[in-house]
Amino acid sequence: MFRFEKKANPFYEKDVSGCAVSAIMNTKGRRFSSEGIVKSIANQRDRSNGLGGGFAAYGIYPQFAELYALHIMYQNQASAHKTEQYLDDYFQVEHKEVIPHRHDTVISHHPFLRRYFVKPYPVGEKTPDRIFERLSEDELVIKNVMRINTGFDGAFVFSCGKNMGVFKGVGYPEDLAVFFKLEEYSAYIWIAHGRFPTNSAVWWGGAHPFSLLDWAVVHNGEISSYGINKRFLENFGYNCTLFTDTEVIAYIFDLLVRRHDLSFEMASKVMAPPFWDEIEKMPDEEKELYTTLRATYGGALLNGPFSVIAGFKNGIIALNDRVKLRPLVAARKDDFAYVASEEAAIRIVQSELDRVWSPAGGEPVIVMLEEPAAVPTAP
Amino acid sequence: MALKTYESEFKIVRDDSKCIACQVCVRQCANNAHIYDAEDEKVYADDSKCVNCHRCVSMCPTKALHIEHTPLQFMGTANWTSSAIRNVIKQADTGGVVLTAMGCDKKYPNYWDRILLNASQVTNPSIDPLREPMELKTIIGKKPDKLEFENKGGKVSLKTHLTPQLELSTPIMFSAMSYGSISLNAHKSLARAAFEYGIYWNTGEGGLHKDLKKYKDRTIVQVASGRFGVNSEYLNTSAAVEIKIGQGAKPGIGGHLPGEKVPEEISVTRMIPAGTDALSPAPHHDIYSIEDLKQLVYAIKEATRYTKPVFVKIAAVHNVSSIASGVVRAGADAVVIDGLLGGTGAAPAVMRDNVGIPIELAIAVVDARFRDEGIRNQASIIAAGGFRNSADVIKAIALGADAVYLGTAALVALGCHVCQKCYTGKCNWGIATQDPYLTKRLNPNIGSGRLMNLLRGWSIEIKEMLGGMGINAIESLRGNREHLRGIDLHDKERELLGIKAAGETW
Amino acid sequence: MKRIYISEEYCIGCRLCEIHCLVAHTKSKKILKAFKDEIPKDATAAVLVEEEGHLSFALQCRHCSDAPCIEACMTGAMYRDKKTGAVLHDEDKCVGCWMCIMVCPFGVTAADPATHKITSKCDLCAGQDSPACVANCPNEALVYEDRENES
Repeated sequence: MFRFEKKANPFYEKDVSGCAVSAIMNTKGRRFSSEGIVKSIANQRDRSNGLGGGFAAYGIYPQFAELYALHIMYQNQASAHKTEQYLDDYFQVEHKEVIPHRHDTVISHHPFLRRYFVKPYPVGEKTPDRIFERLSEDELVIKNVMRINTGFDGAFVFSCGKNMGVFKGVGYPEDLAVFFKLEEYSAYIWIAHGRFPTNSAVWWGGAHPFSLLDWAVVHNGEISSYGINKRFLENFGYNCTLFTDTEVIAYIFDLLVRRHDLSFEMASKVMAPPFWDEIEKMPDEEKELYTTLRATYGGALLNGPFSVIAGFKNGIIALNDRVKLRPLVAARKDDFAYVASEEAAIRIVQSELDRVWSPAGGEPVIVMLEEPAAVPTAP
Repeated sequence: MALKTYESEFKIVRDDSKCIACQVCVRQCANNAHIYDAEDEKVYADDSKCVNCHRCVSMCPTKALHIEHTPLQFMGTANWTSSAIRNVIKQADTGGVVLTAMGCDKKYPNYWDRILLNASQVTNPSIDPLREPMELKTIIGKKPDKLEFENKGGKVSLKTHLTPQLELSTPIMFSAMSYGSISLNAHKSLARAAFEYGIYWNTGEGGLHKDLKKYKDRTIVQVASGRFGVNSEYLNTSAAVEIKIGQGAKPGIGGHLPGEKVPEEISVTRMIPAGTDALSPAPHHDIYSIEDLKQLVYAIKEATRYTKPVFVKIAAVHNVSSIASGVVRAGADAVVIDGLLGGTGAAPAVMRDNVGIPIELAIAVVDARFRDEGIRNQASIIAAGGFRNSADVIKAIALGADAVYLGTAALVALGCHVCQKCYTGKCNWGIATQDPYLTKRLNPNIGSGRLMNLLRGWSIEIKEMLGGMGINAIESLRGNREHLRGIDLHDKERELLGIKAAGETW
Repeated sequence: MKRIYISEEYCIGCRLCEIHCLVAHTKSKKILKAFKDEIPKDATAAVLVEEEGHLSFALQCRHCSDAPCIEACMTGAMYRDKKTGAVLHDEDKCVGCWMCIMVCPFGVTAADPATHKITSKCDLCAGQDSPACVANCPNEALVYEDRENES
């Protein structure tokens, strides 16, 4: 059920999937329970087939808000032991525990699930004999996560952001919510995914959301450009290891927004750019902008059908492919924002809505916290 | 007279019941293989002069002609083929080099024919290019690592501007073929087609004829070891400049255009005295190392005030990925790789048939090397050498090329029948000749139209294949080897090509 | 009117125009039958390729708007077709005086040595979309166009 053996495969792996996605966010940063998101994703049960589901929740670890929360799955105790030794070399582990889960649910078989609240050691401290230097804390976390995910057999880091976490596995998402005791968490952003993979490569790490730092991505679709997106990202030091095309979206967001400092709007225009015909008709300055954008970041264009929701600490962004080959509906009600594959999945949570709309292909829906500082960082 | 001990390769078969003795064949054959006997009122053939170019066959109004490979073959063995024996005899007769033209004539594995493309089914809708946008536009040149923007009063504008780029309407260009090796009418056809279709043509190393300056914005001017026709004006009458280091058909050797092929017009264009041999040395004598190349790249950039991308063309040889990497680090905006099957107007057969590596492997290893080194965005990869159809082109792009150069395919569109006798200067199709009686056979109005037809046809096919894969922009296929599968390939070959075996899933 | 225009830079001297002109003016219009049975040995086509060195062009009646041959013809055998504007020749009316040959500035009418009448006079292959010489020119050295009405 969970497979870790294929790490050294020189070729690319991806899975082909159709899926359900849903997200609920409170724009004032007020935290709320998992009830709504579970209801929403359960309502789209037809869109998944029990072979993968998961959630991302933002604001769930206020007591450790300044620490990176590493969620790691292990195939066996030996891989856990080896990985924990490695973590000790690079990180100050403030707290470590088993990710709470129930033992009496329909989920009968799962990897070892642990979480660590960590802080990278400053350069030179603790481990003078090291291979990464002059990296920011974020970069150091990414490098080490990539290293564990490619070099440590039987270990996978599936979440590594601050004050957020991913809970995912093989099963229907509503069953996994019970398994992971999600009712015990409250978050200001909830993102959920129900998976319908059409190949047999089903394993715990392959479920959505995919996460890197505080990015969490759920995705319905197939990235036909995956082969080049992956190689484009390798150019910038990202190794795609999770055997699915969705992780490239998380890495592209990280590259464009965090490292290259592009706005969310600009980043979505990289992933779903205007057609050349449209660019041709733009005023000169805009024409140059979009031509340059496409020429420079052509390898990050996401081709093929997709609807995707990406969460980050200050909000969510939802995006369709530029010819809208997969469904995506957005809605607002007071200080709540909703995005889902189907309107019904929103209505079941909130029947009275201020506004409901179906975003056009390539037009991002960006919802930001009104007051980022308002996010509670301590209980 | 010494006895000639080998016989003609071809046999001209004339159907007397159809021959009306109109003598069109006689007038059309520059090799004098057809002879009219006024007394007999009949046309006879001299098989020994026939090169099997099919000009007479195509022109015969009654279709009375037919050319055969002569049934008379040497006893030979599997090893001692007729052509092997014939070449030994010819060399024993003359003491010379066996000359030939066009591309490699040995049956090495063709990787294009061992690579299969993907298509969408169910999980991913295929796209119909007749009804939905399908983008082939390709931009060649150095790209920045990242873009920077500035926000002026809420208006976002670019801070990073691209260095000069070439914009292609389809990922195809015409490769370097010099005026001298081919006729001015051939050049006119290429230039006009490139201009009208929104791609680029390449002058080759023989300079740019004055009549073609108007196509400047679609012209790539070449600087080769002979530096023919190169001056500041030439470099600036272009969209890009290409430094030619090597050629796939004859890596490591130069060229030699004999003086009899240097009439007035060519002498003016090449800037050499009429009637003198035009010699291209094997190396550039100012480039003996990679740092010398860097100096020339930047000398050209200075001379063109950094307004044009500079390409460097190398032949695909064993160490191609390291060389290409060096070329990029020397400042090239695009590296052109010319593979084993690349063509030529004249080369020793031993060079053409035995030197270099297939373009398929070269593209794959160069693209992989660039990505490993994190320099893939610093230069475009242009592949050349033996592209026969749109499937070859799309596979090259999926392996990692930005665009391809067509040489032979363009000549075939102009009428070439690949008889491989370019070096004789007696091209009956008016292409590889400077004889005014022959060159006028290529009407650039017709030629450019045929080239545009070819570009259009291939582009439509590329769009169909892309749409089938569920992709609607060519950049999403470039380097996307997920859409390729290998058949009948060794593991090592697949590893180098970076593709899975047919039957393997995602 | 639509006329035949010559691009001598693309005339390759193959003389297919002459061959097809002869065929087009036979009864069968089939090339093999025409050359085996219908066309006399010394027949000349209404289009003639003039050649010197590598220069050549195919010339036929220009169908002059101010045609001296019509002026010179005493029997009215040479006349202008009212509909098409072409200069045509009525063999029944021709008496073989050859005045037309003498006045033609292009030398494109010829006499039939057997009948002494004028023969091989270009008739623009009346009734065809394109005259045979134009249709069969492999290099577009002959084109059939109406350039006078172009703006």
